[in-house]
Amino acid sequence: MRSRRDQVMAVLVIMPSLALLAIFVYGFIGQTVYMSLTDWGQGAALALKPEIHFVGTRNYAELFTGFLNVRFRQDLVSMVFFTILFVGASLALGLFLATIIDQRIRGEAVFRTIFLFPMSLSFIVTGTIWRWLLQPRGGVNVLPSLVGLPPAGFLWLSSREQALQFNWQVLPHYVVLGAAFVLIAWGVWSAARRRFRTSALVGLPGMALLAWAVTGGAARLQLLPFPEAHGFNLALVGVVIAATWQMSGYTMALYLAGLRTIPDELREAARVDGASPLQVYRYVELPLLAPITWSAIIILGHIALKIFDLVFAMAGPDNAPTSVPAILMFLTTFRGNELAKGASIAAILLVVVSILIVPYLVTSFRAGRA
Amino acid sequence: MYQRGTSRWFIHGLIVLLAVVYLIPVYLTIITSLKAPADINLMTAWKPPAHPYWASYATAISKFAPSLENSIVLAISATLLSAALGSINGYVLCKWEFPGARFVLPLVVFGMFIPYQSILVPLFQFMRRIGLYGGLPGLVLVHVVYGLPITTLLFRSFYAEIPDELLGAAFIDGADFLGIYRWLVLPLSGPPFLVVAIWQFTQIWNEFLFAVTLARPASQPITVALANLAGGQAVSWNLPMAGSVLAALPTVVVYVLLGRYFIRGLLAGALKG
Repeated sequence: MRSRRDQVMAVLVIMPSLALLAIFVYGFIGQTVYMSLTDWGQGAALALKPEIHFVGTRNYAELFTGFLNVRFRQDLVSMVFFTILFVGASLALGLFLATIIDQRIRGEAVFRTIFLFPMSLSFIVTGTIWRWLLQPRGGVNVLPSLVGLPPAGFLWLSSREQALQFNWQVLPHYVVLGAAFVLIAWGVWSAARRRFRTSALVGLPGMALLAWAVTGGAARLQLLPFPEAHGFNLALVGVVIAATWQMSGYTMALYLAGLRTIPDELREAARVDGASPLQVYRYVELPLLAPITWSAIIILGHIALKIFDLVFAMAGPDNAPTSVPAILMFLTTFRGNELAKGASIAAILLVVVSILIVPYLVTSFRAGRA
Repeated sequence: MYQRGTSRWFIHGLIVLLAVVYLIPVYLTIITSLKAPADINLMTAWKPPAHPYWASYATAISKFAPSLENSIVLAISATLLSAALGSINGYVLCKWEFPGARFVLPLVVFGMFIPYQSILVPLFQFMRRIGLYGGLPGLVLVHVVYGLPITTLLFRSFYAEIPDELLGAAFIDGADFLGIYRWLVLPLSGPPFLVVAIWQFTQIWNEFLFAVTLARPASQPITVALANLAGGQAVSWNLPMAGSVLAALPTVVVYVLLGRYFIRGLLAGALKG
């Protein structure tokens, strides 16, 4: 039925789009990666015919171990803490809101609109508004004085305090330990499913790594010749609050859609079996929401790892306590003219986001859901 | 989990309380935007102004008019173009499986998740080389290209609901590739077009990174103008707040009027992507 001509037409029609994406996504990523392996920067950035040398992975090594790049390492740590807190808070609050709204409350549509509308705002608008709310001697901090208490004095966006500090020097030790536990857990999981070959293939290296870490071998893999403390910048709490205000309505909408697709017969069946409302929620509804939680973690997680606009608008790009790699890349490239170093930061950011996104894409397209 | 009796009162009280908390930033933004610069005081930040000072809005409108105009031109043209391309791409990928198509879609969709920092400098150089750096046409091109993954994906998932039998019947009647698109698929594309257009309009209106790196001051969209004003020192806060209201208005209006479609776009992005 379908003529060859039509088939050729179809390919011709989609080709321009695919070609554009091939260049703008994959071609440009390739160029960025190449740039990250050179010494392009400083004087060469401004020269008409820049002299660029290939330096291999030197920029990456510098970022992770160089004396001058301490801010990059702190920004990386900040990104991880921001992502965990923001995703956790949005999931918890979204689930809470969805659960309440699912109680057949009056004026449901009004409440849904109130919780979801921040999602339609720009991060720049949200950031500008919250910048005002989090002024050290205004907004939220003077809230206690409305009821006669002394005003709070927390420096929301500029606090230099850190929590959960750790020594960057021994990071390889922690990474090896973490990898060992993941491999061993994977091995046990495979053994429980009677896949003994896989179990041995991942479990034995896992145990070897564990032994290496425990006997102190991995501790000798020090990244730096000096101890360097990094931790959770308390100044990020304000950014987490603003981001959660904006995005928790989104998780609410996801969970609410999920709750509404659970057939009432399931709840009814559990009730007939004598389950209390709380038990129905815990053992029937929550487990059915698990796939939604995974989707939300992916979507919110990649937004959090890339967060740029919100921090830019709330605290400006120069405010170190709230900085993240996306901001540092911008500063390094466009203010510092260190193009190669900026490209390395961008490539690291891409790898981190891909670790989250690629498995999600592979599984959802293999399952044919998309 | 459904509650009855007194706990229903509790739940209603709780939801009202939460709604009030969510609206606090809106309240503060609006009252601050309506205060005269001299009345803006950190200690009285929570008190509404005795007399609304509408001049903030007059000043903000005259200050932001050029960038608002840029944003309108940019968002509307890029939305229409990327929706049109997404529609035809979605049609091909959904109904015209070609060799290798199975691998094409994930590669396309990956493009919407990448941190744009990872393409920014080559993009910047490319735009300079083709002479589109700094102006609105360049920004339109960038938003159209990086909008292709999501528009293609959304249209594809909508078109999957058109039964193949319908296409088969059209073939028997002698329709070809373009005929089926024009007379069968396009007339059914109203709701998907609305969902995609709302999604893209909101995204492009709100975008900042491309805008701040690829636009000269004369072509700045509203997000950049607002960030510059609010980030500058010694500015009285009524102006950034009035500017925030202006910058938020179009997307909030779209959301309140067409919220149904907005939510469908959000959900499709997560549940299908």
